[in-house]
Order: sequence, then C-alpha cells, then structure tokens
Amino acid sequence: MLQELIDAGPLFLRGVGITILYTLLAAVSALVVSFVFGLLAMSRSTVVRGVTRAVVEFFRGTSLVVQLLWIFFVLPQLGLRFEAMAAATLAFALNFGAYGSEIVRGAVTSVPKAQWEATVALGMGRVQRMRRVLMPQAIPEMIPPFGNLLVQILKSSSLLFIVGITDLTFEVNQLRFELGSLPAFGIALVVYFVLAQLLLAGMRFWENRAAAKVGRGPRAVTVTADPQAVAHT
Amino acid sequence: MNERSLWDWEYAFDVLPELVTAFLRLTLGITAAASLIAVVLGLVLALGRRSRIRGISWPVYGLVEFVRSTPIPIQLFFVYYALPATGIRISALMTGIIVLGVHYACYMSEVYRAGIDAVPKGQWEACVALSLPPQRTWRAVVLPQVVRRVLPATGNQIIALFKETPFLIVIGVLEMVTVANQLAAEQYRYIEPITIAGLIFLAASYPTSVVLRRLETHLGY
Repeated sequence: MLQELIDAGPLFLRGVGITILYTLLAAVSALVVSFVFGLLAMSRSTVVRGVTRAVVEFFRGTSLVVQLLWIFFVLPQLGLRFEAMAAATLAFALNFGAYGSEIVRGAVTSVPKAQWEATVALGMGRVQRMRRVLMPQAIPEMIPPFGNLLVQILKSSSLLFIVGITDLTFEVNQLRFELGSLPAFGIALVVYFVLAQLLLAGMRFWENRAAAKVGRGPRAVTVTADPQAVAHT
Repeated sequence: MNERSLWDWEYAFDVLPELVTAFLRLTLGITAAASLIAVVLGLVLALGRRSRIRGISWPVYGLVEFVRSTPIPIQLFFVYYALPATGIRISALMTGIIVLGVHYACYMSEVYRAGIDAVPKGQWEACVALSLPPQRTWRAVVLPQVVRRVLPATGNQIIALFKETPFLIVIGVLEMVTVANQLAAEQYRYIEPITIAGLIFLAASYPTSVVLRRLETHLGY
C-alpha cells in the first residue's frame, strides 16, 4: 500500500499541478470577464445594459457542463478549433465571469449614494470617480464573494477530465485500480479541501489588507457598540 | 457531414423528444429528490451547528466545510466506487441524488444560519421573558420568520443544484446531458443535441430566477 502510494506520487502531483494551473488561469480570466460585464451592466446606455444582461443570464442559465461540451464539441464542428486548455479556460471564464459580474455590480452599487453625489459635486470624471472613490470601497466588499467563487472554480476544475484533460480527477481515476478506490478518492477529497482552505485563507488576508487601506481596519479590531453596524460595514 | 447545413432542423426534431423525456423523467426528478434532502437535512445541519454541545457542533461544522469545499464529481466517485468496498452498494442514480442532496444541504445549512441569525435578538429575549419552552420558541417565533427570509436564497440553491445535475455524467446516470452527449456521439453531430440541452436548461432556470427576484423584492429584502 505504502509502496503503491509512493509510486503514484509523481502522477498525483502532476494532476494537482494541472488542477492548480487551470484554477488560476480560469480565476484570472473570470475576474477580467466579471469586471467587464459588471461595469457594462452599469452603463448609461440601455442597449449596452440590455445586451450585457442577456449575455450574463445566458451563461448563468445554461449549465457549465453544457457550455464545456458546447465549446469542446460544437465549436469545432462550426470550424472553430481550440486547444483543450484554451477551450476550458474560455468556458470557465464566461460561466464564472457571469456570476462574478453580479458581485462587481452589487459591490459598486452598495457604496453609499452620497459618495456618488460627492464625486459629482467635486466634478470628477467617470474614470476618476471609479478609480479613486468607488472601487477602493467596493473591492473589500467583493473579496468574500469572490473567495467563494474561487472555490467554485477550483471544484469545477474536476470536470476537465470529461473533455480529456489530465487534471487531479483524471489521475485519481487512473490510479484507483492500483491504490484502491477508497484511498485514491479519499486522498483526492483531502487535497481539494486543503487547496480550497489555502485559497480562502489567502482571500481573508487580502480582504483585511484592502479594508485597512480604506481605513476600515481588520474586521477583528473594529470597535463599535452596535453589532449590526459591523455586519453592514 | 460537411454538406449538411449548420443547423439541421430535421435532426433537431428527431432528438428533441428524447431530450425532453430525459429532462422530465430524470433531470427534474433528480432535482426534486435532491432538493428535498437539501432542504430538510440543511435545517438539521444548521441546528446541529448551533448546538451548545461541542461534540455535535464541531463535527457538523467540519462536515459542512469539508463537503462545501470538495468537488461534486469526486464525491460522486467516492460514494459510487469506494463505498462498495465497505459493503454498502447503491445504484448510480441513488448515489447521484444522495451526493447532490448532501452537498446542497451543506450550502442550505449556511442559508438557514443566515436566516436564523437575522431574527432580531429582542425576539429571543422576549421568548425568554415569556418563558416559552425552546420548542415553542422555535416553532412559533423563529422558524416562521426564517422560512420567509430564506425562501429566495433556497430557490437560488435549487436552481444551482438543478444546473449541476449534469455532473452525474461522471458516473453515467442518464440525465439529459448524458443522453444528448450519447446521441451526439452516435451521429457525430453535436450542434443540435448539446444546444437544445442548453436551451432547455435556460428555459427552465431563467423564468424561475426572474420569479425569485420578484419574490425577493416583494418580501422586502
């Protein structure tokens, strides 16, 4: 048993590496898509808002598996052939970006209205207003939901094997005959759990830093009489 | 294959009945059964996590965190392939329903927790002042308010669960997407079946989420 585990080690680690690589690639591209869709959804033009809304609802409403299969099997039949890595990144970016755009929109609209009005009164331009006033306050709000989304992305990377990418799930599936199902999948579950906890810990660290930057400090030392007020800051 | 048009209506209408049947019989059935587990077990987990006995609250906390941060496909494999080694043998369909149900029960427990925490503290104090027994406090005061608060979030979780039923493809449960995939592979023609499967998902989930958004504004949260 121990010998088999040692033999399986390199393959297992390679699977873990590919899973991490995909998660990071998908997370970064989903983040870009989130901001693009999120900001477009707040556009002044009704047409832009309408189109963004439709695209977001489309990617939220049709299942990720369907989108993955569509990009892998349908697009090549239409003449668009992607490398597996690019195709998977595209599917994840659009699907999770659609969810993420709601996070961006929600966080920006949650900045108190008086702040908007103040930027108008000060004669700030749209870009300056976003960069200097709204985003710094919205970003600490976005980090916890983005942390959850990141865990969702990590978890969904386990679907990559259905389109033939050799991630952790794929390797475990290969190894289960040598190791036995219980240890093979048991170890995989623990590895995913540890990766998720690491991602969440990183996000918590970042959240405290971002909150401190806008003078809100780490949440643990916020001094207030009203516990409800803490929940809303 | 190349001489066929981009979208073949005849083929589309050929595969449509099978996809709709698979959708109604399996996708919706799995969603309903798993949601039921999620809604009931979720409340049990939420109450367990609030328990003052650490022997209960800590394991529940650990379980919820573990299940929430590990992928459904691996959980499916674990239950489907690994449990038989311990003598428990269940069908792929049952595995799918149980795994999805338990996975979303862990999410639901967080939904309930937020709902319970949102009940104003004064209400708890009033119950203590009126010396209501804990059972009546929960049944008559807390839960009715929790239900109202968690309704929209519960709907969202059920839609999410519904959109994850295709994950069962990994253990070969014949839900709609698996059927679409098989039909496509037989004909080597993926455009129609996969697109229709996606549209069926959209047609079912979009109106539901619109209704939920209305409900959310209606309930005033």
